[in-house]
Amino acid sequence: MSSRDVWTIAEQSQGKIREVSYEILTRGRKLANKLGVELASILLGYNISDDKLNEFIYRGADKVYVVDDSALENFIVENYSNILVDLVKKYKPEIIIAGATTSGRTLMPHVAVRVNAGLTADCTDLDIEKDTNNLLQTRPAIGGNILATIKTPNSRPQMATVRVKSTRPAPVNKSRVGKIIKVKLKSELIDGRVERIGFRKTEEGAADIQDADIIVSGGRGLKKKENFVLIWQLAKNLSGVVGASRDVVDRGWISYPHQVGLSGKTVSPKLYIAIGISGSIQHLAGIKTSDIIVAINNDPDAQIFKISDFGVVGDLFEVVPLLNERLAEEAQ
Amino acid sequence: MEKLNIIIPIKQVPETSNVKMDEKTGTMIREGVESIVNPLDLYAIEVGIQLKEEHGGKVIVISMGPPSAEKALREAISMGCDDGILVTGKEFKGSDTWATSFVLSKSIKNIGNYDLILTGERATDGDTGQVGPGIGSFLDIPLATYVSKIVKINDKSIIVERLVENGYETLKMPLPALLTVVKEISFPRLPTLRGKQKARKTEIPIWSADNMKLDESKLGLKGSPTRVVKISHPKVTRSGTIVKPTDEESLLTATNQLIRFLQKKN
Repeated sequence: MSSRDVWTIAEQSQGKIREVSYEILTRGRKLANKLGVELASILLGYNISDDKLNEFIYRGADKVYVVDDSALENFIVENYSNILVDLVKKYKPEIIIAGATTSGRTLMPHVAVRVNAGLTADCTDLDIEKDTNNLLQTRPAIGGNILATIKTPNSRPQMATVRVKSTRPAPVNKSRVGKIIKVKLKSELIDGRVERIGFRKTEEGAADIQDADIIVSGGRGLKKKENFVLIWQLAKNLSGVVGASRDVVDRGWISYPHQVGLSGKTVSPKLYIAIGISGSIQHLAGIKTSDIIVAINNDPDAQIFKISDFGVVGDLFEVVPLLNERLAEEAQ
Repeated sequence: MEKLNIIIPIKQVPETSNVKMDEKTGTMIREGVESIVNPLDLYAIEVGIQLKEEHGGKVIVISMGPPSAEKALREAISMGCDDGILVTGKEFKGSDTWATSFVLSKSIKNIGNYDLILTGERATDGDTGQVGPGIGSFLDIPLATYVSKIVKINDKSIIVERLVENGYETLKMPLPALLTVVKEISFPRLPTLRGKQKARKTEIPIWSADNMKLDESKLGLKGSPTRVVKISHPKVTRSGTIVKPTDEESLLTATNQLIRFLQKKN
């Protein structure tokens, strides 16, 4: 059977669907429409309710392939890869898209190697090439200095991971209909070598900076660790999370999960506020695809202002407390 | 425990701050640009050396790239790695992550005996992070990505923590295994004078497709499923509003302006 569908790989954690699963449906819908094929969401997990499965249909999928088993409760790349390879061989999708998350960026290369597929990482744009119907995958590279468009002319499936937050989920449309296909887990696909034996949450506030709509980041301009409290306050007032430059992570003012930039995380929030961050190339590369960038810095020549939508050239120790005060007032 | 044999695939990358591109071919112009060890590989190198120091054993660095990548291998040796292997040749040119993972996995098989493969999270030029997992997949050994801590290691197994979106998960797996590591795992040391002397003297063998008997159709551009079709230079600057408060009054105005801006955008 050769279905030539577009697939998106959904993600769940403890039965809860991660938002990136719907973001990539938006991407997939556009491609499936252009190709005139169906869009399927693939979900591996445990205890997924029918409501949750239907939501994929409401947000753009024509089909949902779901493998629900206690062995799939947590992401173990070997197991997920075995199942995905099995499904790919059976249904032969044209395109597979996953989120550029820690699991997407682990699973996809693992699978691509095994099915001889081309894979492009961390794309910010996907399209279909006229005439050839090849997938055109555009991604920033070399620290965001270039945008490369890549295609896989001769092998199928064509695979891509897509930057988190680079599209919005489609709104729920309950009039949409589709098929839920429950696939039984073949026990031989469970690898069994790797065991997940524990989990601890990141300290409060590091709450997944890649998933956040609003990030308030602090840099060396804060002068000392204690002053980071200004950043935490502002993040709280804006219902955002806290990020940081490499500099201050290296100084131990805040932990690594908060680090934004080339050796930390690449983010695309709706709003990014950089405070006391001059804007090294490495940092700018990590924030370039943010919708709105705001900078507060006392150096008028700071690189960060070149990519800012709104900049305040001033003393952060004057501006930020006042901003916090005014935001707190507004909230009341 | 037994001694550990550790293999660390590394990549030589251009300093990202001054990269030039060939508009026609869409490839990087490497000439005239300073080349360094991929900064994110240094964390893997440091972990490898620490494990060796604690448990005994050997650390081999391997790199696929142009002949000049030998310099990166020598730098790793000067930090404390024991041996380097350079995989180079025209036939590897234009390799994408599939072909690179293929060649590196074959080279690692060629080395033979290993307990642990360590890689950086990704390289700062290509930025894909696909080669580490790709090697693990080709070798069919357990894989842990984004590893931030090695909790425990013995003859048979390793326990690691990996940094995921909302926290740290602990995985246990048998050896041999492949780990891709993040910055949090270590603080890379600087080369020592003695290390530099050793690095100068170490002979670095050159491996090619010929002496590894590799299937040429799986190498270089020929073996790469993906093609770069276009390179463009994104507009970096945004013409935003910049305000420069000078006194208390203008500070208040600027703050209100910013708040209105935020309200309008949200």
